[in-house]
Amino acid sequence: MSSKSIEDYLKAIYILSRNGESISTTEIAKHFNIAPASVTEMLKKLAEKGYVRYSPYRGAQLTRKGFRVAEKVTRKHRLLERFLHDVLRIREDKVHSEACKMEHALSDEAEESLCRFLKHPDRCPDDNKIIPACDLPFSTCEECIDLHKKDLEESGKREHIPISICQLKEGAHGRISFIRGGHNVLQRLCDMGLTPGTEVTVVKSAPFHGPTEILVRGSRLALGRGVTETIFVEAEKA
Amino acid sequence: MTQKKLIIALAGNANVGKSVIFNYLTGLHQHIGNWPGKTVERAEGTLSFKGYTIDILDLPGIYSLSTYSLEELVSRKYIAVEKPDLVINVVDASVLERNLFFTLQLMELETPMIVALNQVDIAKRKGIEIDTEKLEQLLEVPVIPTVAIKGIGMSQLLERAIEIIEKGQTTRREVRYGEEVEERIAKITETLQNVQFYYPRRYVAIKLLEGDEEIAREIAKLAPPALNTAKELAGEIENLHGHACSTVITSERYEAAGSVARQAQKLVPPLKPTAQERLHNLTTHRIAGYLIMVSSLLLIFYAIFTFGNYTSDLLSNLLNRLEPLSTNMFGTGIVGSLVWGGVAEGLIAGVTVALPYIIPFYIVLYFLEDSGYLSRIAFLMDNAMHKIGLHGKAFIPMMLGYGCNVPACLGCRIMETKRERTLAAFVTTLVPCAARTVIILGLVGRFIGIQWALALYVFDLFVIFALGRLAFRVLPGEPSALIMEMADYRMPDLKTVLKETWFRLAEFIKIAFPLIIVGSLVLKAADVFGLLNPVANLLSPVTVVWLGLPVITGITLIFGVLRKELSLILLAALLAPVGLQALTPVQMVVFTLVAMFYIPCVATISALVRELGGKKALYITLFEIAFAIILGGVALRVLTLVT
Repeated sequence: MSSKSIEDYLKAIYILSRNGESISTTEIAKHFNIAPASVTEMLKKLAEKGYVRYSPYRGAQLTRKGFRVAEKVTRKHRLLERFLHDVLRIREDKVHSEACKMEHALSDEAEESLCRFLKHPDRCPDDNKIIPACDLPFSTCEECIDLHKKDLEESGKREHIPISICQLKEGAHGRISFIRGGHNVLQRLCDMGLTPGTEVTVVKSAPFHGPTEILVRGSRLALGRGVTETIFVEAEKA
Repeated sequence: MTQKKLIIALAGNANVGKSVIFNYLTGLHQHIGNWPGKTVERAEGTLSFKGYTIDILDLPGIYSLSTYSLEELVSRKYIAVEKPDLVINVVDASVLERNLFFTLQLMELETPMIVALNQVDIAKRKGIEIDTEKLEQLLEVPVIPTVAIKGIGMSQLLERAIEIIEKGQTTRREVRYGEEVEERIAKITETLQNVQFYYPRRYVAIKLLEGDEEIAREIAKLAPPALNTAKELAGEIENLHGHACSTVITSERYEAAGSVARQAQKLVPPLKPTAQERLHNLTTHRIAGYLIMVSSLLLIFYAIFTFGNYTSDLLSNLLNRLEPLSTNMFGTGIVGSLVWGGVAEGLIAGVTVALPYIIPFYIVLYFLEDSGYLSRIAFLMDNAMHKIGLHGKAFIPMMLGYGCNVPACLGCRIMETKRERTLAAFVTTLVPCAARTVIILGLVGRFIGIQWALALYVFDLFVIFALGRLAFRVLPGEPSALIMEMADYRMPDLKTVLKETWFRLAEFIKIAFPLIIVGSLVLKAADVFGLLNPVANLLSPVTVVWLGLPVITGITLIFGVLRKELSLILLAALLAPVGLQALTPVQMVVFTLVAMFYIPCVATISALVRELGGKKALYITLFEIAFAIILGGVALRVLTLVT
């Protein structure tokens, strides 16, 4: 079992499952366009290695370890799409398959440089999906820009990759660990009480990707989708 | 007896009841205008108390004193430069921590101040008990609990204010940041020793570390070395914390606010959700929320239009009885027809067409705003508005536009950036206002059928969407996202609502009436001197050849620039004795379409000029003329084919 196919499977489960719920074997088979039997085989292997929890009836669910790998490779994939599209001017419908091949070869170091080079993009170009946060221990992109001249190795890595508020379920809590965005929005969010380390609770989201209602420091805020995607938290169990 | 004069400023977050306090204190002695050269509102009022004449200035509701918005900058500069005798910081007791974050920033400006702890009743209902004495001790400024809506605590507020002014307090308390930050603040303060600046030195030092643009610009002129030192030191803090320096300072300030709040308040959350909470959940529910919104808006529009129609008829009957009076005084010659047909009819039209709709509209709007419902509507509509590059708040001026486009354009101020104001103002001019509704219902609705009139409304929504999206693509810049507080529901203060209505109305009259009157005078003069028919003939290539309308529509459409509904009234008069039935159904639809879009009326144009500047107003106007003509011609050809 190559690391490429592990990554592809984990990525598929990551994309198919919206809130970390289980994905059935049939769904995965349909995604790859292969027989369900070979999917079952593969999922068992992934479960052995601790990437997924698998049961024949409920299907597969990512473990923390698996989630991390999936998020990392998805991040590389979408950053590459941006690069191919914005810099190399490759057509939108072609970037996906191209990025699928390149993502497995991209080193972490190249991924970080790419992110900085592209000025910390939010979404990928073809289906406008959100690019997951990096695993560097910064709370804003500005810090990354300021510090990148120095040795990045020194600053170490995060223990958990933070997830964006819009991925939190209703009623879930999280502690802000990273905000992506320019100085102005950052200042505004901080002024409203959303400073790094603050606990936020997601109350609910309006339908059709509408804004999210959150509670922070005793006040109730409505944040547009564009903003929630840039605020990353360490989720705590609800 | 000469009275001593004092100036007191009210400052605080939005939705804390600041304007209720302002209204309570100043009553009818108010003046609302703009800050010089800015589109930020400035409300001032006066009162007499214990031998003092006190000027009260109501600063805009803001969450911070950084430079995120114009409102914040204006407020900060006012306090630092004009140095009011005292600042009353109005604090919402039910959201203490975030409000105190602002209080601490005011203290850093070293202005004499007291705190009005407002809405203590709402806080109590939410299970928040605040120990006022403890809070006073911690903040080292007087704290007066108030319930502004009931007038509780108002006289104590003034008494303490006078007491502090007479004693001459300057706040001593300051936010102590971490040692590593304090050390660097001290270093910068030292380099500023000989600098004369309107902000206090410590404040400048802190703001330089935060990277505040306005202050950095000023200091670059006054003391460039300090700026470099500050940049260096800010870099050091960033290295120490691994966070941007402004984030470090904001976090610590919030930490300080949080610590004060925790010590002064006791939380006993009620077991059951409060009525406000349940109402909030219902009105933002993914299904019920939309149902409630749609039905309440329909009900409101229906009620306003019913009331408006009735009052409008009543008023015009009443006022038109004055015609013989004018004829007696000025005769029926040129002067007489100019006075009556020009000035008086313009005035009457303004009174009978605009006011019956606008007054109830404003009352309802401010009622909804003060209660907190508008922010819920913005929450529900955010996604739809995003499709045209705006966020949820833009739905509010759009709603206003159904009443009248003039206040709707002025209402676009609530948008944060210039780009969004432009976009929102453009979109609102496409909303069919009450006058256009008169045409749609009076022509298409009456002679073709109500379903066709409704179809036109739906088509209008489609146009708004399409053109909004187009403008969103054309205008450079990124759309900014919604960051909005949804304050708890509360009972609006009727007096504040009425006063808001009154001031908006005065603003409307000031903008619209002179133009309507001068415009109708000019048109009447053109009529009297026989200039209208030549102009109509001049326009006939467009009106007759391209749009397939009778030649006289050229005249009526010119009058429509003044007030849209006039084009229909005039058309009916000019087509006499047959009346409007002389038009074919296709002509009716084409005429209505053109009238809906062809130009914002003259009062709206002037509102656009005020809010966006002459150039953008001109572009919008020209675009809409071209658009309406093209649309009308295409509609004619398509409709002839179909029928």
